[in-house]
Amino acid sequence: MKHTISVLVENKFGALNRVAAMFSARGFNLESISIGETEDPEISRMTIVTEGDEQILGQIVKQLNRLIDTIKVLDLTGALTVERELALITVFYQKSNRSELIGLCDIFKANVVDITQKTFTLEIVGPPEKIDSAINILIPFGIKEMARSGVVALSRGEQLNRHKKGSSEVLAI
Amino acid sequence: MTSKGHTLIGAEIFFECLRREGVEYIFGYPGGALLKIYEKLYDVDDIKHILVRHEQGATHMAEGYARATGKVGVVLVTSGPGATNTVTGIANAYMDSSPIVIFTGQVPTHLIGNDAFQEADILGITRPITKYNFLVKDVNELASTIRKAFFLARTGRPGPVLVDLPKDVMNAKCTFEYPEKVEIRGYKPTVQGHTMQIKKAAAKIKHAKKPLLYVGGGIIMSEAAKELTFFAKTHRIPVTMTLQGLGALPAKDELSLGMLGMHGTYWANQAVNNCDVLIALGARFDDRVTGKTETFATQAYKIHVDIDPTAIDKNVLVDLPIVGDVKHILSELSVEMTESPDTEEWLKTIQAWREDCPLVYETEDGKLRTEYVIEQISEKTGGEAIVVADVGQHQMWIAQYYQFNNPRLQISSAGLGTMGFSLPAAIGAAFGVQDKPVISISGDGGFMMNIQELVTAAYHKIPLKIFLINNSYLGMVRQWQELFHEKKYSFTDLSENNPDYVKVVASFGIPAFSTDNPNEVSELLDKALAYNEGPIFVEFKVAREDMVFPMVPAGASISDMMIKRLNPKTLV
Ligand SMILES: Cc1ncc(C[n+]2csc(CCOP(=O)(O)OP(=O)(O)O)c2C)c(N)n1
Repeated sequence: MKHTISVLVENKFGALNRVAAMFSARGFNLESISIGETEDPEISRMTIVTEGDEQILGQIVKQLNRLIDTIKVLDLTGALTVERELALITVFYQKSNRSELIGLCDIFKANVVDITQKTFTLEIVGPPEKIDSAINILIPFGIKEMARSGVVALSRGEQLNRHKKGSSEVLAI
Repeated sequence: MTSKGHTLIGAEIFFECLRREGVEYIFGYPGGALLKIYEKLYDVDDIKHILVRHEQGATHMAEGYARATGKVGVVLVTSGPGATNTVTGIANAYMDSSPIVIFTGQVPTHLIGNDAFQEADILGITRPITKYNFLVKDVNELASTIRKAFFLARTGRPGPVLVDLPKDVMNAKCTFEYPEKVEIRGYKPTVQGHTMQIKKAAAKIKHAKKPLLYVGGGIIMSEAAKELTFFAKTHRIPVTMTLQGLGALPAKDELSLGMLGMHGTYWANQAVNNCDVLIALGARFDDRVTGKTETFATQAYKIHVDIDPTAIDKNVLVDLPIVGDVKHILSELSVEMTESPDTEEWLKTIQAWREDCPLVYETEDGKLRTEYVIEQISEKTGGEAIVVADVGQHQMWIAQYYQFNNPRLQISSAGLGTMGFSLPAAIGAAFGVQDKPVISISGDGGFMMNIQELVTAAYHKIPLKIFLINNSYLGMVRQWQELFHEKKYSFTDLSENNPDYVKVVASFGIPAFSTDNPNEVSELLDKALAYNEGPIFVEFKVAREDMVFPMVPAGASISDMMIKRLNPKTLV
């Protein structure tokens, strides 16, 4: 099962490296990882998408907590969250299908951010599933190249406090 | 002593910080990046610098010192090759959760990342094997960083912390102030256990019929041996220990079952297989302990106490986790334990297993045996010496036959299994502890790996007893080859490769003896134990092809033990 984990870390060099290295050293699956500053410039938020059963997830959360740079770990799986990903996709077009492509862009609320004689570059923002389905639709046109940002996520409304570092609730998993 | 608020250069601040941390010894080796520190060290006389002969030796010495004393061990090495030479020792300390702080010199900040002479990205190299590591880029952060390094090394689950010191930072000036408090936002180890969980544990233990305590190095580290002994004896619960836990309960105690696991005693492993409540204290269900996890203590309700939440449910799923310092938790648990389980039947059953399958070794052919040597050392020292093993068969025989009667006496490389550990670690232990004999025991393979540290021992005249168990084989590997690899003794026979050890050791100025005669063991040991002028060396030439039994083959269930090899060489 897929899990989205949000991690607050000290905004220091090496923090991302430590997290990524922990995943590779322990053989955990790392599907995507994104990181950026938060409202507090001393803290960065990482959003990690990973896959594994409950026991593996428990270990991942604990191992993340164990890292000295980690301030807080939130498992967002199953919680009410906002998840967004950005994709840039360059597709080929012909005169004959150009308007069809533009129509699709509308449906996906995609922006055309670059255009040449042969290609469109689209920018799509949304939950990862929306981007997956856009890609599926675009494949027949011919995708030249694409880049995805990985997910960023926040819990909706009130912050949930599961897996707070140092609290003994973690133990009861 | 310099008062707060003075302007000092980095190298001076370095020593001021070490003083504040109560450092007695630095195990180090100089080099270009450290010249300023060594210049200042010249006039420092309250902190002793021990010149090692290889940086790996320094890390093991610091670890031996830390484990024998419970204090933090300190290493100082230069950049590049000096730093990379410490890697094995750091990994060793990490695996065994030993508190050491490693200071590495680094090229000047403006050259970092330029492939400068003697530059190595030691931060990158050691990230996975340190509890944390720092690069000090600004002299203003030097004191607070060193403060944090010591704090991290000794608190929570202890471990090695590395501080990388660029050359220019050691020359730069700033006002010295040692922070009184350490605040690390992401680091708040849970010390107190969860009260409800502790109550639940007590309720389970009270009603157990066959409870068993399974204790590891955590008990030693948190200085909880007294609490453990009290708990076990009050409620008459038997105790089995991991290699790192030996000495937590005196080996001579009737409740002590000795070591469990791959080379554990038959009765300890039987007790694990049959217990109904297993109480794991500061132990991590290592694969050498559990064997095949699916068959480990299947009938037991499992309680697991550990300071490190990641240790819980990592290898074996437990029923009741309690995170916190085992010393605190044991005291609280004792309060909750208003009645004791009735364990008399259970203890009798264990006693019967003990009599069924005692630890035995061959004596009839008149050859010298490691087990005999260890037994003799154990008797002569009353189980009160610090015994630092290397890695291999002799290490397991020490665990089986030396009666560790106190904590911090068993020191060996358990997690990483580093050959070459014993000699330097024993030297470090001997610097730290002067009122007990310190004994280094190595195999002929491992002894070679850090033999250069004999100089360090000889120069400082430390009264170390160095015992070599020479079977002219890489014994433990040979054992696996015999059992599992069709007796292909590929590159494990050292008979034609070994030097004359007595001559080698004597050339370092250390009195050296050798015997292959069981009748000479006692006298040589007496001589070695009585000698206090400096190190002394005895080589024991033992039977070449003995194997450590009992044994659980790797990955098998601990109920499937090989008990011993009979002559002709068949197994039961
Ligand atoms: C640095 C290192 N290299 C290799 C090994 C693999 N290894 C484990 S035990 C062993 C043999 C040890 O032989 P010896 O030191 O003679 O001790 P004995 O087993 O004979 O007591 C070897 C090679 C190791 N543990 N450490």
